[in-house]
Amino acid sequence: MSPETILGSMAILGGVGLTFGVLIALAHRKLAVWEDPRLDVVADMLPGTNCGACGLGGCRAFAEATIKGDIEPAKCTTMGQEERHDVAQFLGIEAGEAVALVARLLCAGGSDVAPRKADYFGVESCGAAVAVGGGGKACAWGCVGLADCAVVCDFDAIYMNDVDLPVVDLDNCTACGDCVDACPLDLFVIMPVEHHLLVQCRNLLEGDAATDVCSVACNACERCVMDAAPGLIEMQSGLAVVDYDKIDLAEPAVIDRCPTRSIVWVEGAQFPLERETLESMVA
Amino acid sequence: MILRSGFRHGVHPADSKHLTENVPIRRMGFPTEVVLPLRQHAGKPARVLVARGDKVERGDKIAAADGFISAPVHASATGTVAGVELWPHPDGSMAEVVRVTVERYSPQIPRPRLVPRWEGLSPEEVVKAVQEAGVVGLGGAAFPTHVKLSPPPDADVELLIVNGAECEPYLTTDHRTMAEYPERVHFGTRVMMQCLGVDRAVIGVEKNKPDAIDVLTATIPDDLDITILPLTVKYPQGAEKMLIKAITGREVPSGKLPMHVGVIVQNAGSIATIAEVFETGLPLVERIVTVTGPGVKRPSNLVVPVGSKLRDVLDFCGGLTDDVTEVLFGGPMMGAPQTDLDVPIIKGTTGVVVLTRAETERHPVYPCIHCGRCLDACPVFLNPQLLGSLAQVGRYEEMEASHLADCMVCGACSYVCPSNIPLSQMFSLGKAALQKMATKVA
Repeated sequence: MSPETILGSMAILGGVGLTFGVLIALAHRKLAVWEDPRLDVVADMLPGTNCGACGLGGCRAFAEATIKGDIEPAKCTTMGQEERHDVAQFLGIEAGEAVALVARLLCAGGSDVAPRKADYFGVESCGAAVAVGGGGKACAWGCVGLADCAVVCDFDAIYMNDVDLPVVDLDNCTACGDCVDACPLDLFVIMPVEHHLLVQCRNLLEGDAATDVCSVACNACERCVMDAAPGLIEMQSGLAVVDYDKIDLAEPAVIDRCPTRSIVWVEGAQFPLERETLESMVA
Repeated sequence: MILRSGFRHGVHPADSKHLTENVPIRRMGFPTEVVLPLRQHAGKPARVLVARGDKVERGDKIAAADGFISAPVHASATGTVAGVELWPHPDGSMAEVVRVTVERYSPQIPRPRLVPRWEGLSPEEVVKAVQEAGVVGLGGAAFPTHVKLSPPPDADVELLIVNGAECEPYLTTDHRTMAEYPERVHFGTRVMMQCLGVDRAVIGVEKNKPDAIDVLTATIPDDLDITILPLTVKYPQGAEKMLIKAITGREVPSGKLPMHVGVIVQNAGSIATIAEVFETGLPLVERIVTVTGPGVKRPSNLVVPVGSKLRDVLDFCGGLTDDVTEVLFGGPMMGAPQTDLDVPIIKGTTGVVVLTRAETERHPVYPCIHCGRCLDACPVFLNPQLLGSLAQVGRYEEMEASHLADCMVCGACSYVCPSNIPLSQMFSLGKAALQKMATKVA
């Protein structure tokens, strides 16, 4: 190969490269989209987990919305109070009121209190078990205990305890709602930590029919309805339902006469990691 | 018209029908209590018409159809309503039922002629009578028959296919029906042909039922164009779309119904039931069920009042052996495992299969080796291996894009998988998850 050929091709390729380089450089200036320089800074201050608890499509979308003033920094439940203030200070806005939210399980039927009527063998997933006729628990509404929620949780906030119930770690839970979507029986709800009154049951059976399938099921005896402030608790098709609009009227004494301990006053985690027996809890 | 072009792919599980294929249909006695779910059919659950304490007679309507795609429920025995309450349903949930305590010494003679005579009815009146009689498809999906009988006016239906394939292992319900009541099959075919205005019908029967083929061929009415077509034995030939492909060579497009290719398919047992309700004047209050499997002491084909509890049916068949591990409603390929012996036999229960330790031995699940056997097995030409790996990581939207909706969960892929991957269960999971997402958006 002659040196001319080599030099010639170098010149041609170099020329082509240079031309396009100049074109790209011009296009970059001409077609540039202005971006708020604060966006990158705020996005960096956010946790970057893209958990979706704020209802927006990820942390960058949240940063955009805060800069526009559409949403308060406090709506990010993953950030700590200090970080929220940092963001607010940087943008010169109010951090806003933060309501601490947490995921709660509407079932307390662990393997110690809710008997099984069949064994399940198959894909180790609650969704798969429910898709083929349930996980074999006598209570058709109860927690299957195969940990779909713990698997889906990005924050290590859910772990299964020794009776196969998911325990939510209040410090890690960001109330993103992934567990709510993952549970095939819709047993998880996101609610304020301040709401202490909770019916840990979804069983629609009444009386002995309910307690036969789970000793901590709501048997619709209506004692809590009688003891609570008028309208706070209502009996709806065999299940006590708390009206959270009237939660200010709630008192811990409401749960005292519950024969099955299905209505509870929770402060902190719902279930201990190691649960000895139900008796010790009741006592 | 092409006849018998067959369908591609599919599997050949052992048919295990020897237990009951030569056992004549017997009648089960009335149990002490029947449990009648309001949801026994595809579509909206029925609306209950009775209350606790009401007296009902066999054949009385106790729940009315709620809308067009719905079917009424009739009392299957004379007795007293013990309650309208929640009860275990064969699908694993708790569903609303009417519980009827059967009157002990009642002769169980129904009121005469609850369904009008067929002769002289216009097609519209036939559709109405079929709906009022609570007739649904008895092949498993329980789709209301009257909806099939009234296709939209623009549909150009020209062929009726009677599905006598019964490709699920163990089950012999349709086999015995065709062998013992061939006139009913032909009469039901006549009703459907007249209603749909088609002049040609094909009864497709797999070759492992030679007696049924002989009897049906010998009894074809002279004035009807009915062909009895022996089909090669292959699973899942009884699936509607596979059967149409096997008989006519036509492929039903994805997301479309058989009527789009000019065909209506009805299961042989359901066709015989249409004949039965017009013959006896009694609505659908009993059905034929195969109770079989190595775990049953006396495998039988039984006429069972709808709503009989599984426990009573098994007792009638001599009870269970000691090593029983699993009870299925339906066959071993697509059947639903039962977790409660109190679940009622419903209109869509084709059979009860009881398996023992030997059949349900669990094998370890190994990773996919990409051998491609599931692709060769899938009758609707999906890629089960891809769908399975998407399901494993919860990428359900991508499963939908890979045509999960065309999967009928026939289980052929799981059956051939050398790594024992429970593919079809993961597809059920994917379908359930997508359903949940859809309802959440709506």
